[in-house]
Amino acid sequence: MEVTVASPAGTARDGIPGRTPRRRRSLTLGALVACLVLAAGLSIAFGARTLPPAAVLDALVSPDGSEADLIVRSLRAPRTLIGILAGLALGAGGALMQGHTRNPIADPGLLGVNQGAAFAIVLAIVVFGVRDLYGFVWFGFAGALLAAVVVFLLGSVGGRGSTPVTLALAGAAISALLYGLISAIVLGNREGMELFRFWHVGSIAGRDFAVAGQIAPFVVLGLVLALVNTPGLNTLSLGEDVATSLGQDLRRTRVLGVLAITLLVGAAVAACGPIAFLGLIVPHIARAVTGPDYRWLVPSAALLGAILLLCADVVGRLVSGDRLEVGIVLAVLGAPVFIHLVRRRGLVRL
Amino acid sequence: MSAVRDSGPAPGRKVLRAGPAAWTFRPRVVAVPLVGAALLVVVAAVNIGKGSSYIEPLDVLRTLLGGGDRRETGIIFDLRLPRTLAGVLVGAAFGLAGAIFQTIARNPLASPDILGITWGAGVGAVGVIVVGGYRGQVSGAAAELGVPLAALVGGLVAGLLLYALSWRRGIDGYRMVLVGIGLSAIGYNIVYWLLTVGDVDDAARATTWIVGNLADVGWEAVGPVALALAVLVPVTLVGAHTLGGLQFGDDTARGLGIRVDAARGGLLLLAAALAAVATAAAGPITFVALATPQIALRLARTAQPPLAGSMVLGALLTVGADLTLRLTAPALPVGVLTAILGAPYLIYLFVRSRREVRA
Repeated sequence: MEVTVASPAGTARDGIPGRTPRRRRSLTLGALVACLVLAAGLSIAFGARTLPPAAVLDALVSPDGSEADLIVRSLRAPRTLIGILAGLALGAGGALMQGHTRNPIADPGLLGVNQGAAFAIVLAIVVFGVRDLYGFVWFGFAGALLAAVVVFLLGSVGGRGSTPVTLALAGAAISALLYGLISAIVLGNREGMELFRFWHVGSIAGRDFAVAGQIAPFVVLGLVLALVNTPGLNTLSLGEDVATSLGQDLRRTRVLGVLAITLLVGAAVAACGPIAFLGLIVPHIARAVTGPDYRWLVPSAALLGAILLLCADVVGRLVSGDRLEVGIVLAVLGAPVFIHLVRRRGLVRL
Repeated sequence: MSAVRDSGPAPGRKVLRAGPAAWTFRPRVVAVPLVGAALLVVVAAVNIGKGSSYIEPLDVLRTLLGGGDRRETGIIFDLRLPRTLAGVLVGAAFGLAGAIFQTIARNPLASPDILGITWGAGVGAVGVIVVGGYRGQVSGAAAELGVPLAALVGGLVAGLLLYALSWRRGIDGYRMVLVGIGLSAIGYNIVYWLLTVGDVDDAARATTWIVGNLADVGWEAVGPVALALAVLVPVTLVGAHTLGGLQFGDDTARGLGIRVDAARGGLLLLAAALAAVATAAAGPITFVALATPQIALRLARTAQPPLAGSMVLGALLTVGADLTLRLTAPALPVGVLTAILGAPYLIYLFVRSRREVRA
């Protein structure tokens, strides 16, 4: 998607071709925040157990220790909070990945970053016996970083830079390798197998507020870095040569981007397991809503990520009484989007 | 073979003729499967002999030919043989399926596990196991026939989807691979979901479906695979004569008089069926279908993966990997080793194909 698509109307209005007025974008962001609040409300109100709205409200405002209070305050509220954090992280992470690779099918799940974090965390849990999240989140970061770097290097082997196809294939190869290694570690012991079977599908259920509190600093830091990175991404979308000639420090932009992606994806995977396809779909919706300017695209992708994650989770809860994990709902929704993108006339570089 | 003459389509090669049909005689194309088969017999004999009571490979061969004592006959035929036989059959099916997919897609990266066929078959098989175990409806004969049948249906549906979704005024190899990656993601997640939903107490059964496992295969799983292969392999080999033309691309193949879409669609379904049946028996043993056709191609020095060579090498690779793991890390299923060995190979292939595109 090129930035400089001249539209006569835009030229007439504010002199900059193709520019959407700032006020409209602010309104869009405001609407997304409202949607997120609504989605969070749905996530607290609906679940496997049907509670009357009054009881839910009561539990939030004046808890008196009833069963409804217990369900809402200790199950649904932390779940919603973790969903928001993970959704923000994966949405922004996906937008950053697509921006840095200029690749419309970049996604932490498809490019093996999720599997990298997953492998490192499994290693931490099974081999090193690390049990608390603060312990293994660092492994998650290291794994995500390593996998991202390896996939990008592989994808641009041959010196012509990466293309959508080469990155996706490099991601598939690395994912498959890590998957084999994870299996080799996990299958050795039954406890590891049980843990793996449920963690690996990607779920936001069954975590308490402590987990949310532990990943929150990383997600916030990652989001800040992502926002700082966005002006650089805008210049980068004109191509590396143009960006350099415009005086941009390419290395700084790249390092900042990789750091932000690592923090965001690593934290999300540590808390929820590998959730694929969210980072793929969301930037495309965001691009349709706000246009290609990354300063607006990244925040709206983050918000949309949280909204979509919460909605997918609620759908999973309602459809099969909380036996359909959010990672699966998102994969079944997201893979057709991926196939559609692949089928579209060629794969344009962003 | 009425005459052997020293002229024909490939100058300098001998040509075999029988009535209207003619073949170019390439010694390596014949030698690779023969040598592979000889090695396979040795590896299989060692694999069968291994177990709680060790039997010498020569005794194993003697027993298989009907000359063993009662104890050895009992051990080998009742306990040991299914595992190795399943490895041979499954490996051969994966090898043949991979060779066909790679020729159709004209891309060495195309294989049933990357294209989502094995995961489609997995959805079918795990669905029957989980739903059956859960509601107690599928048992006995229904489970024996139902699981392979469901896998077959799942694999064929995945194959049809793959063909329909990647067809866009012809088949492009890379588009097919990317669509397949998307389909795999769907199938893989459904399999995982079924495993969490179901009452899969039997961890061994779960590992079969996660990585591919030969350890717990019995006669009841070998039977359907053998039957399906007996039907599918001859049909595929007969139908595969168009592959030689398809390798040149759509336009040339049409010019050669091949009904391109019919030939490719039919072969793709046959290959999907082969991969699905194999997956039903032993789970997704990854990379066998990816690697063996390329190894066979290099050994036989042909332009496209040789079918017989791919089958034999697929069997050899699967049984060899199983034996290697039994000797070094008996707790692990065979799919772990093939995945760990195969992924670097996939990366190598990928780097190499990038260089070629550039040149």
